[in-house]
Amino acid sequence: MAANDGSGAAVARRTGLAGVEDRLAAFFDDRRHRYAVFAALILAGLLVPRVGSNYTLEILTNSFLYIVLCLGLNIIVGYAGLLDLGFAAFFAVGAYSTGILTSTFGWNFWLAIPPALLFTVIVRVIIGAPTLRLRSDYLAIVTLGAGEMIRIIARNMKDLTGGASGLIGIQRPSLFGLELNQISHYYYIFLALAVLAVFASDRLEHSRLGRAWKYVRDDEDAAEAMGIDRVAVKLSAYIIGALFAGLAGCFYAAKMTAISPETFQFMQSIMILVAVVLGGMGKIAGMVVGAMAMVLFPEVFREIGSMRMLVFGLILIVMMIFRPQGIWPDRRH
Amino acid sequence: MDLFDIVTQQIANSLILGSFYALVALGYSMVYGIIKLLNFAHGDIYMVGAFIGFTALSLLVGFLGDGWLGISASLILSMIATGFLGVGIQRLAYRPLLSAPRLSILITAMGVSLLLFNTVMAATIGEYKAFETGLGFEGLDFGNIHISYTQIVLVLATALLMVALTLFINKTIYGKAMRAISIDMDACRLMGIDVNKVIALTFFVGSALAAAAGVMAGVYYGSIHFFMGFIIGLKAFTAAVFGGIGIIPGAMLGGLLLGTLESFGTQLSWIGTEWKDVFSFGLLILILVFKPNGLMGRTEIERM
Amino acid sequence: MAILEVKDLTLRFGGLEVIDTLSFDVEEGGIVSLIGPNGAGKTSVFNCLTGFYRANAGDIRFRNESIMSLKPHKITARGMARTFQNLRLFKQMTVIENVKSGMHCRTREGALGALLRSAGQRREEAEIERVAEECLAFVGILEHKDRLARNLPYGDQRRVEWARALATRPKLLLFDEPAAGLNYDEKERLIDLIRRIREELSITIFLIEHDMGLVMKVSEKVVVIDYGKKIAEGGCAEVQSNPKVIEAYLGKEDEDGN
Repeated sequence: MAANDGSGAAVARRTGLAGVEDRLAAFFDDRRHRYAVFAALILAGLLVPRVGSNYTLEILTNSFLYIVLCLGLNIIVGYAGLLDLGFAAFFAVGAYSTGILTSTFGWNFWLAIPPALLFTVIVRVIIGAPTLRLRSDYLAIVTLGAGEMIRIIARNMKDLTGGASGLIGIQRPSLFGLELNQISHYYYIFLALAVLAVFASDRLEHSRLGRAWKYVRDDEDAAEAMGIDRVAVKLSAYIIGALFAGLAGCFYAAKMTAISPETFQFMQSIMILVAVVLGGMGKIAGMVVGAMAMVLFPEVFREIGSMRMLVFGLILIVMMIFRPQGIWPDRRH
Repeated sequence: MDLFDIVTQQIANSLILGSFYALVALGYSMVYGIIKLLNFAHGDIYMVGAFIGFTALSLLVGFLGDGWLGISASLILSMIATGFLGVGIQRLAYRPLLSAPRLSILITAMGVSLLLFNTVMAATIGEYKAFETGLGFEGLDFGNIHISYTQIVLVLATALLMVALTLFINKTIYGKAMRAISIDMDACRLMGIDVNKVIALTFFVGSALAAAAGVMAGVYYGSIHFFMGFIIGLKAFTAAVFGGIGIIPGAMLGGLLLGTLESFGTQLSWIGTEWKDVFSFGLLILILVFKPNGLMGRTEIERM
Repeated sequence: MAILEVKDLTLRFGGLEVIDTLSFDVEEGGIVSLIGPNGAGKTSVFNCLTGFYRANAGDIRFRNESIMSLKPHKITARGMARTFQNLRLFKQMTVIENVKSGMHCRTREGALGALLRSAGQRREEAEIERVAEECLAFVGILEHKDRLARNLPYGDQRRVEWARALATRPKLLLFDEPAAGLNYDEKERLIDLIRRIREELSITIFLIEHDMGLVMKVSEKVVVIDYGKKIAEGGCAEVQSNPKVIEAYLGKEDEDGN
């Protein structure tokens, strides 16, 4: 809204909430400040298991998982401007591939990761490639349909996936002889994944490929006229975004030891997208904030039980009307 | 059952399924045609319509009975109430965002969907509600197959609604305004058309048609639940795209065709009912890839 | 020698012939203008040349190879760049990021290079930065490089587009109405720029323009089309006195041409 056009002079003049926001943004514009805050957050994250309860660790582990998922979807929606309503499907492919390879075929968890990621890419290309030329709202519905198809396939192929009741008995991986079976182990793993995802997103965003994604997002025709192969560029955003979700899925399967199709239903895709939009598309810090908010919200509102999704819907509408750019949006100057 | 019976039975099934798809698809198509919004909450509007009809019937049953009289009255009440609900949603959630990026308004529609879905879920504690009517199973018999009067009446009612809608769009000044706005909203504003009013009217009509489908589905299947709108929302969208989104006869045709394809498709042993939804989505993807403008849509000249 | 040869180009929309058996050449190192009344099909010609429209018949040869079946990005990679009649900047990005887009087809680092920030990737980024700054300096807006493109005044936004096209390292540059919306001073600077692009960068220039004063000042050859058909071709004076051209413009040419 009005906070969108804060030039230097306007920053000084504005007071109240908008003023605070401008000052915060100015603070984070400095690369050193950003790195310092990021390092402090990682340090704090490393110390939490010493003081936090298992409940706290569980919640934080979930929010780290969500950070990875959000950053993956952010590449597709935020950078490349492609709407995707079936993103949970790639999370599912990663998790199911790992689950099936380790439990049914007895593979070592770490060896199962590369083929799981390969499957994720294959599914992504099958779903993504034919739809790349579609208008954005058609794309939304096709990705939604495709996401549901993956879930229904997981439910119906009982011999391979365990059907509706899901896959159980996924092996716990071990690292340097230590079996990873504590919540704190997974806390550290997902913390590392989240940090890695932030790091990777930052490097990709400020690279030749990252810029190409944004060119295509801003104006496809102009991008094409500048010599950018829009189909290849979009496909690369699809694949890299899906890889984030696939990797998260691998570790999710190991953490849960049991997965079922319902984890990956449409609602999951929507939740990830909503976290991305609420956080502020195209902004890495926004993804972290959005993911945390999305995981913490139901915990904070545990009291109101089933009403919380209702409240959530309301927040979404109000947010879109009054602050459509998200909590921590991209580019303010 | 021989092949003839199977075919006849499936034609009957196609018609009824296609009617529901077409009625819901019309709402999608009209709203998309006029403000280019993929109204995500439309499936939930259908669901809410069913519940309003259910509530109306349980209140009216003492006066009008649970036969066609009571059902018709509930249907009309539900259409009106749901129509106003659609207008209210449009006024509060969508109108402020008409000039915002497409993604914002789409997310808003998802918010509305969540809101409706969860409100009904909370109100019904997530239970199925039996939509009890006194219609029974009498009907016409053709050899081994049986077609109930309920089925016949529902299909006829759908046909009636479609004829009424076609007349409304083609013969009234409001219908003309709707068509004009879908071509150029700003020009319409300049010509003195009350654009907001016409958009509101579009939402009213679209939502009322979805409510009619919802009540009919309740009558036909005998039970309703809070998540009944999700899958049909997707299917109806498929139907709308199939026929050519934004084109009224296209939505009707698309709905009926999708109903037919699904009814016959699931008869093929290698597809089976549990793969029904995969079949429809697969079909949607194929249509969008090979004929993105739909059956009745004109091919746009590819230009910058 | 001709860098671009158009032969019997025909484009139909529905039953309408937007371009009708159009043939002309653009000589290497020249400045050639395409003019014609509104709706004559000038931008359609550009869209065919750059691959945005698929022509129905005829042939387009660029640097001695047919480019009829190539996609726009492939044509750009072969050395033909364009600007747009209506500004088509990447509005949410900074000026220099806009210009960097031109270097995309001249560079090749992908995701892996970006993730590992390899030596090659860093070298390439430095090169992209250098070329982009060079192009911005060439059009004279280097000082605005970190501003958002949409916040620049209109005339400067045009210049961002020119810099962006230059960054693709073209052999042939297509300008679609570059003077539209510019004031007198800006037009003078445009004329100077067009000449400098040809002299200093040895890039051939082909432009569509409505401003006859500008066309007559810079062009060495003018191609006139009306209803998608070529009605005249030749030097400025020759075309100006051609009765067919005068007829097509209905005397408008008189007031513009002087």
